[in-house]
Amino acid sequence: MGMTITEKILAAHAGKEQLTPGELISIPVDLVLGNDVTAPLAIQEFERIGVPTVFDPEKIALVPDHFTPNKDIKSAEQVKVMREFAKKHKITHYFEIGRMGIEHCLLPELGLVVPGDVVIGADSHTCTYGAVGAFATGVGSTDLAAAMATGEAWFRVPETIRFVYYGKMRPWVTGKDLILYTIGLIGVEGARYAAMEFTGEAISDLSQDSRFTMANMAIEAGAKNGIFIPDAITKEYVQGRAQRSYQFYDSDPDATYKEVIEIDVSQIEPQVAFPHLPENSRGISQVGDIPIDQVVIGSCTNGRMEDLRVAADILTGRQVAPGVRLVILPGTQGLYKQAISEGLVEIFIDAGAAVSTPTCGPCLGGHMGVLAKGERALATTNRNFVGRMGHPESEVYLSSPAVAAASAVMGRIVGPCQVVGKGCQG
Amino acid sequence: MTQLKGKVWVFGDDIDTDAIIPARYLNTSDPSELAPHCMEDADPKFAHQVAPGDIIIGGKNFGCGSSREHAPLAIKAVGVACVIAESFARIFYRNSINIGLPILECGAAAQRARSGDVLTVDLAKGIVTNLALHETYQAAVFPPFMQEIIGAGGLIGYVRYTLGKEKSPDG
Repeated sequence: MGMTITEKILAAHAGKEQLTPGELISIPVDLVLGNDVTAPLAIQEFERIGVPTVFDPEKIALVPDHFTPNKDIKSAEQVKVMREFAKKHKITHYFEIGRMGIEHCLLPELGLVVPGDVVIGADSHTCTYGAVGAFATGVGSTDLAAAMATGEAWFRVPETIRFVYYGKMRPWVTGKDLILYTIGLIGVEGARYAAMEFTGEAISDLSQDSRFTMANMAIEAGAKNGIFIPDAITKEYVQGRAQRSYQFYDSDPDATYKEVIEIDVSQIEPQVAFPHLPENSRGISQVGDIPIDQVVIGSCTNGRMEDLRVAADILTGRQVAPGVRLVILPGTQGLYKQAISEGLVEIFIDAGAAVSTPTCGPCLGGHMGVLAKGERALATTNRNFVGRMGHPESEVYLSSPAVAAASAVMGRIVGPCQVVGKGCQG
Repeated sequence: MTQLKGKVWVFGDDIDTDAIIPARYLNTSDPSELAPHCMEDADPKFAHQVAPGDIIIGGKNFGCGSSREHAPLAIKAVGVACVIAESFARIFYRNSINIGLPILECGAAAQRARSGDVLTVDLAKGIVTNLALHETYQAAVFPPFMQEIIGAGGLIGYVRYTLGKEKSPDG
């Protein structure tokens, strides 16, 4: 009986020939991840287990990225707990400020997650790594604690929903638009407990950065994981980075799917998700007149080179609208440096943007761009829940970096065509 | 231990973890500091008016969003005895089992209950009774493996047991 890529990766780790959805398995993990919000709690629970050492100091990644550089004393104390734990247990992959990045940008960039891996992270956007053909899923702090002690985690083998994207993408449409459209189609619990497998001719041409964006937001449809079949684009990304040997898996032609959903991408405009759920997405032509106070470009969803380049393309020779604040956060130190060497940071600063060291900061209303009561932001982040970016009476709209940059220039939510005018239909 | 009785607080569909415990309070993992902010962005009065033993009722997809275990921790710390919902987001579900917060998936109980109703809950049997409506419902049953984790008081107790650090998962 055929298996999906998700089933094959899990079966390989379970030492089984065959797995079917619904089976409960306890399997070894290739990497476990924690950040400054989730790791301190995991460390406390790890101590309760009572083992003297972690299962493998090279298979744990600790990334202080949420409230860092430390925004207040309590945050500093949390990171201190991580730092001391990392030192005590000789954790190889602890990333200090100045070397860290947003975890889901950083770990693939450094080749610490590779195709065929099973990765758990105490962060819901751990599903990002499905973009390189790994099984990766978010868990809580206690799961992280147990995995740090035992090297294993339990899973219920998920059913898979296959998404087939076909047709030619319109100008300015990116992975962010495909995933916002998809979540709008199936809803925030449309893939609850399931694997989302992203396939089709439109995907085979899709950049690695756009794939990260799509896999990243699988959780916003309730999915356990999002995954791409690794190909030449994956290979180009991982070779030269991979810190371990890797394996490409593919779904069998006779694999069983819970559902197959076909999507004609030629019908998809740049998307905007309205408050207060990512499923409230609509095409840019249906947005109407929505003035904004702040724009954020960055995060684990859209803080990579493709994102920064498209923003710079639109911002070149233009200015952020009066009364609008534009915050741009490259996802890692490596990306930040590359953005400087490509001249992007100069373009951003000339346009009137604030450019910062990597942090999750504003995405979760932590720091570096918190909203006041009644303010409205357009962000390239992943969630627009009530109070997500600050005051409970503020609003967050979600979009691609192209829409975000164009909107920063106009002071209201617009498509790139309204600013740049090239290669556009409307 | 398994028979609960409490007053109901009804919340809607897609209650996300930012609503359960906003990220602005996540610079600590101390449950006593989280509790006063529990459900703050869904109902600012909740944390001040909830009584120990009360029950949260959610609609579909309760606990969607982030992986923050602070969400079930805050609910537990504010004194809520049990969460009943039509369905749970998977990480919240997993975290609740792992930290020993009783949760039940029971569509009928969740759809029928009104804020202020009093429910009794038999956790072992998954039986929910709405005393105001004189109705009884059967919740989804946990797989045996999860029952073992629940029996051990959560994942840490279970891991201690499997590593031979405790004799019985019930201990």
